[in-house]
Amino acid sequence: MASEPQGGLTEYIRHHLEHLKPPHVSEGGFWSVHIDSVTVSLALGVLFCLSFWLLARKATAGVPSRAQAFLEIVLEFVDGQVKDVFHGDRRFLGPLALTVFVWVFLMNAMDLLPVDLLPLITAKFGVSHFRPVPTADVNMTFAMSITVLILVIFYSFKAKGFGGYMHELFTAPFGKWFFPFNFALNLVELLSKPVSLAMRLFGNMYAGELVFLLIAGLFSAGSWLLFSMGVIGYAVWGIFHILIISIQAFIFMVLTVVYISMAHDHH
Amino acid sequence: MELVAHIAQVQGFTAIALGLIIGFGALGACIGIGIMGSKFLEAAARQPELVPLLQGRMFLLAGLIDAAFLIGVALAMYFAVANPLLGNLTAAAGH
Repeated sequence: MASEPQGGLTEYIRHHLEHLKPPHVSEGGFWSVHIDSVTVSLALGVLFCLSFWLLARKATAGVPSRAQAFLEIVLEFVDGQVKDVFHGDRRFLGPLALTVFVWVFLMNAMDLLPVDLLPLITAKFGVSHFRPVPTADVNMTFAMSITVLILVIFYSFKAKGFGGYMHELFTAPFGKWFFPFNFALNLVELLSKPVSLAMRLFGNMYAGELVFLLIAGLFSAGSWLLFSMGVIGYAVWGIFHILIISIQAFIFMVLTVVYISMAHDHH
Repeated sequence: MELVAHIAQVQGFTAIALGLIIGFGALGACIGIGIMGSKFLEAAARQPELVPLLQGRMFLLAGLIDAAFLIGVALAMYFAVANPLLGNLTAAAGH
C-alpha cells in the first residue's frame, strides 16, 4: 500500500482522493493545477493520436492487419452513430466524435488499473499523491463539456447567422412578445447541457473509483476471509466497470454529436 | 464531551441521509431499468430484426438512467469518507 496509511480505511481513502498539485501554491488558488489529471490525459491523448496515425499511415486496401481491422471497426462504429444523428457535412463532426469517444474511453479505462499501482510507482519517485483517472476529476469533465458548449454556440452562429440565432434565442418557444421568458428558458437549456454532460461522467467515474478504494481497503483488513472477499469483489466490480466505462464514453460521444447537430436545426 | 455528542449527532444524521440517497436512487434507477428492459424484450420478441438497432439505444438509455443514481452514490461516498458538514463544528470548537 502506498505510504502506509495510519488512520485505517478513512485515512487510506482520503489519501487516495488527494490530487497532485504544484508545491508552494495556495490551496484552491488559481495555479493549484491538478498535475496528475493533466499529465495522464495528455499522455493518453498523445497515445491515441500517435497509434491511430501510425496505423492509418500503413492502411492498405488489401488484406488488413489485425490492428487495422480493429481501427476500421472503431471508425465505422463512430461514423455510423454520427450518420444516424447528423445529416450534413461530417468532415468536422466525425473526427470530433472519434476523438471524444476514444479519448474518454482511454481516460475511463485508467480506472481498471489497480488503484494502488500508479501511486505506488510515483511514491518511489517521491510523489505521494497521484490520482490516475482524469475523468474522476470534476475539472477535467467540465473542461471537456465547456468545450462542447463553445462548439454548440459556434455552430449555432455558423448555421443560422448572428441575426438568426439571436432571433431564435429571443422568440423560440412563445413568440416575440414573451422575449424575456424565451431568453431565460433558452439560457437555462443551453447551460444545463454542459453541467449534465460533465456531472454524469464525473459521477460515474468518481463512484467507480470510490467503490474500488473501499474494496481495496479489505485487502489490508487483516483476515484471510476479508482478503479473499476483496479479491472476488474487486474482480466482479472490475468486470461490471468495463461495461460502465464503455457506456459512459459512448454516451458522452453521442450527446456531443446530438447537441452539435441540434445547433444546426432551425426552429 | 459536548463536542463529541454534537459530532455523533451530525454523523448519525449523515448516515441516515446516505442511506436515503443510495436507497431511493437505487429504487428509481431499478424501476427505470426494469421498465426499459421489459419494453426492449417485448419489442425484440415482436420484431427480432430490429434488435441490433434497439440494442445500442437500450445501452445508451441504461447509461442515462444509471447516471443520476451513480452521481448520488458518488456524493454519498464523499460524505461517508470526508464529511464537510463537520467543518463548521470543528472550526467552532477550535475557538
